[in-house]
Amino acid sequence: MDLLQIAVVLGLLLLLAIPFGRYLSLAFSWEKTGLDKAFGGVEGVLYKIAGIKMQEMTWKQYALALVGSNLVMFFIGYLILRFQGVLPLNSSGIEGMDPLLAFNTVASFLTNTNLQHYSGETGLSYLSQMMVIMFLMFTTPASGIATVMAVIRGLTGQKHLGNFYVDLIRAHTRILIPLSVVVGLLLVSQGVPQTIEPTAVATTLQGEEQQITRGLVAALESIKHLGTNGGGYFGVNSSHPFENPTPLSNVIEILSMFLIPASLPFAFGYMARNKKQGLMIFAAMFIIFLAMLTTVYVSESNGNPALTQIGLSQADGSMEGKEVRFGIAQSALFTAVTTAATTGTVNNMHDTLTPIGGMVPLTEMMLNNIFGGDGVGMMNILMYAILAVFICGLMVGRTPEYLGRKIESNEMKMIAIAILIHPLIILAPSAIALATEWGTSSISNPGYHGISQVVYEFSSSAANNGSGFEGLADNTPFWNISTGLVMLFGRYFSMILMLAVSGSLLKKQLVPETIGTFRTDNTLFMGVLIGIVLIVGALTFLPVLALGPVAEWLTLR
Amino acid sequence: MSNQRKTMITKEIVSQAAIDAFKKLDPRLMIKNPVMFVVEIGFFITLLLSMFPSIFGGESDAGYNAIVTVILFITILFANFAEALAEGRGKAQADSLRKTKQDTKATLVQKNGSTKVVRSTELRKGDIVLVGINEIIPGDGEIIAGVASVDESAITGESAPVIKEAGGDFSSVTGGTRVVSDQIKVRITTDPGESFLDRMIGLVEGAKRQKTPNELALNILLVSLTLIFLIVCITLLPIASYVDVVIPVATLIALLVCLIPTTIGGLLSAIGIAGMDRVTQYNVIAMSGKAVEAAGDINTIILDKTGTITHGNRMAAEFIPVHNVDTKELDFAALQSSLHDETPEGRSIVELAKKQGYTPNENDGTHSSGVEFKAETRMSGTDFSDGRIIRKGAVDAIKQYVKEHGGYIPADLDDIANKVSMLGGTPLAVCDGNRLLGVIYLKDTVKPGMRERFEELRRMGIRTIMCTGDNPLTAATIAREAGVDDFIAEAKPEDKIAIIRKEQAAGKLVAMTGDGTNDAPALAQADVGLAMNSGTIAAKEAANMVDLDSDPTKIIEVVAIGKQLLMTRGALTTFSIANDVAKYFAIIPAMFMVAIPQMQALNIMNLATPSSAILSALIFNAIIIPLLIPLAMKGVKYVPMSATKLLGRNLFIFGLGGIVAPFVGIKLIDLLLVMAGLH
Repeated sequence: MDLLQIAVVLGLLLLLAIPFGRYLSLAFSWEKTGLDKAFGGVEGVLYKIAGIKMQEMTWKQYALALVGSNLVMFFIGYLILRFQGVLPLNSSGIEGMDPLLAFNTVASFLTNTNLQHYSGETGLSYLSQMMVIMFLMFTTPASGIATVMAVIRGLTGQKHLGNFYVDLIRAHTRILIPLSVVVGLLLVSQGVPQTIEPTAVATTLQGEEQQITRGLVAALESIKHLGTNGGGYFGVNSSHPFENPTPLSNVIEILSMFLIPASLPFAFGYMARNKKQGLMIFAAMFIIFLAMLTTVYVSESNGNPALTQIGLSQADGSMEGKEVRFGIAQSALFTAVTTAATTGTVNNMHDTLTPIGGMVPLTEMMLNNIFGGDGVGMMNILMYAILAVFICGLMVGRTPEYLGRKIESNEMKMIAIAILIHPLIILAPSAIALATEWGTSSISNPGYHGISQVVYEFSSSAANNGSGFEGLADNTPFWNISTGLVMLFGRYFSMILMLAVSGSLLKKQLVPETIGTFRTDNTLFMGVLIGIVLIVGALTFLPVLALGPVAEWLTLR
Repeated sequence: MSNQRKTMITKEIVSQAAIDAFKKLDPRLMIKNPVMFVVEIGFFITLLLSMFPSIFGGESDAGYNAIVTVILFITILFANFAEALAEGRGKAQADSLRKTKQDTKATLVQKNGSTKVVRSTELRKGDIVLVGINEIIPGDGEIIAGVASVDESAITGESAPVIKEAGGDFSSVTGGTRVVSDQIKVRITTDPGESFLDRMIGLVEGAKRQKTPNELALNILLVSLTLIFLIVCITLLPIASYVDVVIPVATLIALLVCLIPTTIGGLLSAIGIAGMDRVTQYNVIAMSGKAVEAAGDINTIILDKTGTITHGNRMAAEFIPVHNVDTKELDFAALQSSLHDETPEGRSIVELAKKQGYTPNENDGTHSSGVEFKAETRMSGTDFSDGRIIRKGAVDAIKQYVKEHGGYIPADLDDIANKVSMLGGTPLAVCDGNRLLGVIYLKDTVKPGMRERFEELRRMGIRTIMCTGDNPLTAATIAREAGVDDFIAEAKPEDKIAIIRKEQAAGKLVAMTGDGTNDAPALAQADVGLAMNSGTIAAKEAANMVDLDSDPTKIIEVVAIGKQLLMTRGALTTFSIANDVAKYFAIIPAMFMVAIPQMQALNIMNLATPSSAILSALIFNAIIIPLLIPLAMKGVKYVPMSATKLLGRNLFIFGLGGIVAPFVGIKLIDLLLVMAGLH
């Protein structure tokens, strides 16, 4: 039954991802398509208002537009949070946010991380919720999608990289807004509230009065998942019955956070005019994902030996921190998906996963390329694909080439920095946190689990995931500054570097394909890609995983 | 292969390399190899720890530190030795070349016309010298007067002298070669120290070796992997100490050295030097490593028909009689017509006839006289003392001759002649007196084995284009017979450049061979230009490789060497990275087992003790370098096949092998350590 549930969800994903991948490739095409008729009118008006011209950009212009526009959003968001106390739409009289917390919060939402060091219900005014949180929940995945489209255009040898502003608007008009309307309505059908009525007041059976918070939950819920954002309306996120009331809503949420990341490889295949190029990348990610899912599912099903020892039945698996209405299968699937797609929304408490179960979300964030967030995940796997081509491509006796373009020192410099950044921004701050009072004082659960808590926090920040192992008292200057910086580095370095790689490859002469060409559209390459991701990506973190979850598991048995 | 220049690794080379391995320990030299430089720094730290065990606070085992220090030292030495060995072999090649570069006397022709004997080192560009019989040519130059046969064995190893003459494509001479007949006047074209031989020596020695583009890119990857593992190891210390796991500094350094790609880092430059060296072994001098590397990427090879694909002289392939003439009669007449014909064609006719079982009559040789080919008559033949006259020649000339002598022209003669022309051959008509007997089919024959070589190239994804001055019909026939992919007929020198440009515009890398001055622009335009040593100075200057044996087909070997060079790098990189899996499983449990006994579960190799596990991994890491030196020097075996098959094969050997080998190796070393009672 469990397996059937999982298989159905993943089957549905595949069914949706292939046509949606085609749609994505058309939606961002610079050739005229039928979609221009449907969306052209609205977009035309927006272009006119914003003064956007359909002009191509170089990679530097593209990167500058990305960083520049994001910087503006950062400052506006920061100012709103700081002065929300005196700004309008603050009926609950919430005070302005503390500077470091405001920095962390804006960095978190700007980078598509949605790590929340504040409490949603009490920390934000309505204006902040709308102008900062909701606004960024649309623009950041849109920035990610826009950027990956530019990167793919470069790699697949389109005429040019495109225009950031045009892509950004199209990501809204053609992808995110229509999809969130559909998903929002589906969620409403499952009982997710969508109302501007005030907090409901109910009288319980015992005669006590209970305040029930509600609001525009379905609207937030849909973009939260579609945009791989993850910041919940309620503190407990998607385990709250209003955010995720039924198993069906659970499936809808899983599918909506996986849809765009899983469609992008197919879009890539269409744009490369060779569907198998995309299929192999999808397959490589999917196989690693399945391995991860199996691990967390088996580990959670086997239960917690510590609880067995004190006489608690673990026949239904380790249900600590999980919702009964979801059970092991739907919880395991949600966990594996939310950290693969770096959404960070949770329907169970990751802190209470069994050690090996908890290692799965940790590992997926350390890899950061098993589907990954909207756009950025695809960019990361492409980076690994280029790395795989470079390492193994030499073995066919030619200068390595990817999609007909040579990978040389210039590209390798960029890729080398990009693969270096991720372990650096996870391991270095983790080491500082674990070695100093700043970090250790926040750990609620010392020992091996404490290592997991700290490393999880930084992995989640670096991968722009946003979920937490929780149990970490993280609203302190140290955590606000460190995770804030890690989130920013984690997002923008790889985006800019991949734009640079793509721009540099686009300028290169296309090498015709012959029988002597290293092929990247067959299963052999898929295997190579999996191998490189696991050996280069995962082995880096093996020592720290050994000291965290593995040591915890070994000592618990 | 023709005439390979073998350089064996002699005892002297090995002992010199061993000495150089120590000299290369100088950190100023080591820093050029960042991976091994990190190992050296690790070595200095553990050296300190062996002498002062508590220098970094805490306690550590001085004996253990000393063992780690020694293994690290050996690791560096092995890597240095690999590089020194490759360099040493190059130097040995250079020395053999240098022997030819003696300081000789030269007869300088002065402005006033008088001559003066000077030392060859005093010669400057533009000087004119006289070189007589048995004298050494004092420098690279061009013959401006005279013809001489020159013994070039000093550089080519080919003992038969070659004819060099002023003007034309055979006017260039190389310093160090010897005139064996006649006297020539040579204009020196290089200043001392810049001669062809000097450059060759410099390149072979690797003195001016620059990293090739691909080597640079790979180096970047290796540096970044080294940095990643540095981060991993440095951060591990505070993270581990949070759970009270104390990691000795020496162990941490051992982990770092095992994880960073020392195998490929230690062998990378040896691979590059050995690649150049392999080219030299084929008697080809590459002007840069870049050119050798580019050879691996070649998509298209442009080859001249004459001399490269075909023997260049027409050979008799068939005797075709006209209607009503017996084959035997024609065959025999053809043989008789060529009895005194010493041209290659004539000899080939005799050979063909003999092959078909005919022998000339006993007295034919003495009772006859030859009639030589003349431009006016356009025929040759034999006059017998009994009055018989046999002629062979151009079809219309023979027709005319037969008509003049009252014979008649068989109706099918023109058909036969046309058919031969269509097949790309040359028809020669044969007549006995006024009787026209038939036609000899002369054919430009493709060298044996060419078809297979082109087939091989096709399997590598390389297209071959044949260039010929022949008419399209002839060209098509030869092209089909040789199995080339495409041809250009009636080609003029500028057509070659045009086709190279066209291919390059489509993103292809082009290789070509050439020798004449009019080939020079095309040689320069090609990505890999292989000039023949027998060719002109201009051709050699324009090319980026020179074949001392002047064998144009050698371009195929050069391509294979280029591919082999890249493959070897890729294979050892993959092997090096794949090794990390096993090393992790050896070291990680060992590192944490003291503090967390349950870590024993991860000790899947069941290594004896934590320290034996770490030392085994470290020893494996060290000895794998010398074990792979032969592979780095010889290169990964290259068998032409599709890229996918090649990748599958190499992944199996070096990827899977790279994962499995260290598991076996480390376990074995661990067992040996236990047996030796060290643990």
